[in-house]
Amino acid sequence: MAWANQDKCAIVGVGATDYYVRGKSWPRTINDMAAEAIMNACADAGISHKQIDGFAYYSTAGAGYLDKFDTASLMETLGMPHISFSATLTSGGGGCVGAVGLATAGLMNEDCTYTVTLMALQQLPQHRLGVVFGAAAPNPENSFLQPSGLVGPGHLMSMLTRRHMHLYGTQPEALKEIVQATRANTHNRPKAVRKNALSDEEYWGSPMLADPLRRLDFCLETDGAVAVITTTTDRAKDCRHKPALIHACAHGGQREWGRAFAWMGMPDPYFASAGHEFTANRVWDQSGLTAKDMDVALLYDHFSPMVLMQLEDYGFCERGEGSDYVLSGKIRYDAATGGKVNGGVPVNTHGGNLNEAYIIGMTHMVEAVEQVRGTAINQVADAEFALASGGPASLPVSSLILRRD
Amino acid sequence: MTYGPAHLLPGEQIRITTNPDTEPFWQAAKEHKLTACQCGECDKFRMPPTAVCPHCGSREKKWPALPGTATVFSYVVCNKNPKNGEDYVYVPVVVDLDGAPGARLNANVTGVDADDVHIGMKVSVVWTDIQDNWVLPNFQKA
Repeated sequence: MAWANQDKCAIVGVGATDYYVRGKSWPRTINDMAAEAIMNACADAGISHKQIDGFAYYSTAGAGYLDKFDTASLMETLGMPHISFSATLTSGGGGCVGAVGLATAGLMNEDCTYTVTLMALQQLPQHRLGVVFGAAAPNPENSFLQPSGLVGPGHLMSMLTRRHMHLYGTQPEALKEIVQATRANTHNRPKAVRKNALSDEEYWGSPMLADPLRRLDFCLETDGAVAVITTTTDRAKDCRHKPALIHACAHGGQREWGRAFAWMGMPDPYFASAGHEFTANRVWDQSGLTAKDMDVALLYDHFSPMVLMQLEDYGFCERGEGSDYVLSGKIRYDAATGGKVNGGVPVNTHGGNLNEAYIIGMTHMVEAVEQVRGTAINQVADAEFALASGGPASLPVSSLILRRD
Repeated sequence: MTYGPAHLLPGEQIRITTNPDTEPFWQAAKEHKLTACQCGECDKFRMPPTAVCPHCGSREKKWPALPGTATVFSYVVCNKNPKNGEDYVYVPVVVDLDGAPGARLNANVTGVDADDVHIGMKVSVVWTDIQDNWVLPNFQKA
């Protein structure tokens, strides 16, 4: 059944800072970067940042993994006169695109008029994401995980990947193809961190950090901030750009996935998945669409195998067939063909977290907006529907379909 | 690539914390007894131990003695000690516990080359002394 709020709200502004290699943003402060992203997004929308009266966060309002956003501090910094909506999705990067659904809830309830969703990330040496899990004495729950030496996200995803390889014969070549196919999308992107074409030799020579995953299967570690502005479709008519209509949006998930790789209790086939089947089915139900109707897919790629498993969760291919799907070239972007290759759907036309930048999913949302506006650097011809996903992680995860106006 | 023997992470670098829901598991481990949290009413297992049975809602818990054997469900080969970044081959495993359907543990496996660990491999518990006089269940090739 179609979602009651389908196309009633829209993303009208996107803004970002430069993307910095981990730690290189200092001496900028994280609030300075957040403020720049918000102001850039408002300028893109054609509004003043003082018109923002709603905040819809994810990751429990985390800024990175150790800093925290606080609405009062942001008001104090930026001078908004009042706010009437301030809410966050729980857990981590899984809720990224779902935060726009949270914004929609505030807007449709007439709590607020312009809502910002943002993430800022600054990994000073003491804030490095990859070791956050291993830095402190584990809590009682995590005492059943951390002593095994599964201390970084890459270790954890590797456990799921191994199971996927065992169940379905997934080949390491498919992971290489995911990294190479998305790397091929950054050569023309000024802000991307990794722009050089990636040879087979370089990929296979990349150190095995958590076998079966190599360093190049891990996403970048970058500093920076990204913000998006959401408003009602009525108000969007007065904004600078064509609105990116929020056609479907869901967050959540099912118990079989639960705390995911912070738990490892998932039964088959959920263990070797990205945990997105539930929210995928929700956005398909909300929209009446399927994966085949998408013109572009911006899939959260903190680790290359999670792209493959999301392709299965969303139904771009059958469960267990992700390896063959990827190896047939179907996630590639080819400008000469209008973007699509071999009947597939281009994935991460911006290069993704693996190649462009990692701001906990926000860059995917920016690319989705630019694709349906028709202004993307690697534009898919006549793109009408863009799928964006939050990170495969502890629930909630999230899914978003944007539609061209 | 050849990794060679799979080592257990050194116990002196491992800490745990407990709460009243989880402590019986760790108290049993101190006596080298492997257990898992079992519902006192519907007999279903759950790990890690939580306050309430997710199947029937009961707060009653049982801590039966398990055979101490298990089957590797998945694994990762790691080559750096997470404590200090030095070369160190260890193999985190997720195991299905025999005698406790649905209950898993995350541990290290030893007694085997890392290259030879495989899904479906049978393992049995070994006990590793860790900080604060706690004892951690790990596994060796059965």
